[in-house]
Amino acid sequence: MKSKKAPYLFLAPAIFLLFVFSILPIFLALFISFTDMSLAGLADYSRISFVGIGNYSKILDDQVFITAIKNTLFYVTLGVPLVIVLSMTIAILIKLGENRYFSMMRVVFYSPSITNIVAVALVWTFLFNPSQNIGLLNQLLALVGLGPIGWLTNTDISKISLIILAVWRAIGINMLIFSAALQSIPDSMYEAAQLDGASRWQQIWKITIPQLKFSTFFVVVTTIIGWLQFFEEPFVMTDGGPLNSTISVALFIYRNGFQLNNFGYAAAGSLLLFVAIIIATIVQLRIQKVDTK
Amino acid sequence: MINVDRKTKIVIGIVLAVWGAFTIIPFIWMILSAFKTNAEIVSLEQNVFPEQWTFDNFRILFERLNFDVYFINTVIITALSFIGLFLNAMAGFAFAHYDFKGKEFLFMLVLATMMIPGQVTMIPVYLILNQLSLTNTYLGIVLPTLTSAFGIFLFRQFFSSISEEFFEAARLDGASEFYVFFRVALPLSKPILAVQGILTFIGGWNSFLWPLIIANDQKYYTLSVGLQLLQGQHASNHALQMAGAAFMVIPILIMFIVLQKYILTGFNISGEK
Repeated sequence: MKSKKAPYLFLAPAIFLLFVFSILPIFLALFISFTDMSLAGLADYSRISFVGIGNYSKILDDQVFITAIKNTLFYVTLGVPLVIVLSMTIAILIKLGENRYFSMMRVVFYSPSITNIVAVALVWTFLFNPSQNIGLLNQLLALVGLGPIGWLTNTDISKISLIILAVWRAIGINMLIFSAALQSIPDSMYEAAQLDGASRWQQIWKITIPQLKFSTFFVVVTTIIGWLQFFEEPFVMTDGGPLNSTISVALFIYRNGFQLNNFGYAAAGSLLLFVAIIIATIVQLRIQKVDTK
Repeated sequence: MINVDRKTKIVIGIVLAVWGAFTIIPFIWMILSAFKTNAEIVSLEQNVFPEQWTFDNFRILFERLNFDVYFINTVIITALSFIGLFLNAMAGFAFAHYDFKGKEFLFMLVLATMMIPGQVTMIPVYLILNQLSLTNTYLGIVLPTLTSAFGIFLFRQFFSSISEEFFEAARLDGASEFYVFFRVALPLSKPILAVQGILTFIGGWNSFLWPLIIANDQKYYTLSVGLQLLQGQHASNHALQMAGAAFMVIPILIMFIVLQKYILTGFNISGEK
């Protein structure tokens, strides 16, 4: 006989932790966002007072926050398509080869995904070094008579440099998702197309890519959510600089919360980010539905 | 799959080789630079390979810059995060093999937590842990990420695919539910335990944000936090930075290359609907 209590006992620890560290915090964040809670309030709760929507109206007037939103939108619009096109291309190329050499390439392209972000950010900062003596990228450019480029010091280029690192890291995992989906396309579909005389390009465009629709949708949604929360790269490599040219919304929240200890203000920013993520996800779900009709 | 002739295959192979080379150049450059002296790195004369291989950078990290402490902390945090693996497995087992009141609701709740961004929970979780006096403790660093909705989901998928008969047989012999889970279910779930175990190890080893927020005391810093500190305090010592980065990255890369079969096939398990 199955016991009635057993499933609850099995679930209790995990559900308890998820409740305390994921669900409860949302309501707490909402509450904090209407207060002026700071370091002083942390020590003595009586010093916290309600400010209504004060934090929200203030943050929407904050030029740094507006810059952070613009930068984040830049990251999303450039980063998401790059990640999807590149990871899908690699997955298809590897699948076309289909032997041991090509399987080995999967390991090569996945390796950046599992490495520590701080470590690789340091490595890329070193590669991006503006000096032609020190930075490998500028050394290579000098060989062909170009540069040097201020990868992280030029405000026009700094965002793109961070995107290069983030795309490099994101390709691996998404390539694996596409690879798994490619395995499930039945061979009979290609055989039928070959009998009709379809070229390789036609087969890729008319069979492979349409068949990847579900995984593409999954990758689009998770990648957009990920880029909206873009944090570690600007935090470690540029600290949002130069001149706030790389600051993201997530970094803005961290800075206000943990460096300036304006918990209420940061909480308001974080909830605005949450709303943006929910809207982006709903829009994607809608687009997907329209497509399948 | 699409038929590809030999010539096209070779062209694709070359394209991937060049692209792959660009992908791993950062690692190779990191390793080579870690064994150079900083004087060599900043000198006008540039070599690909170190003029004289040196271990001094690593020695400085461990003897003078507390990397021994950070290393031990990272090992402790990684070990503790394996508790979460078992909590996820237990929850996944409950969702897969029992019918109980509120099951659908609880499962949706678990999945919904995947959508919550870290930035929203960051501040409240810090305040909760601060209230519980868990800041600057190993437990406080580990707790926020101990359970993962995705992990629970993967275990549920896996346990759903195991026939109920295995468990019924044990129950007929009078085994308790906990015996069924630990002695029957867990041994059967070796493939998914392997994948999840590897991912848990990588996650623990690489953990950065929570150690950064929860540990203000250097005694509790992990390698990633220590590495970030290095960037501020030894900004112009590139060799030292690369040695620190290599020490974090190389163990994970070696483990990945050895165990790649489990990781890559694990994705096929999760790819199935």
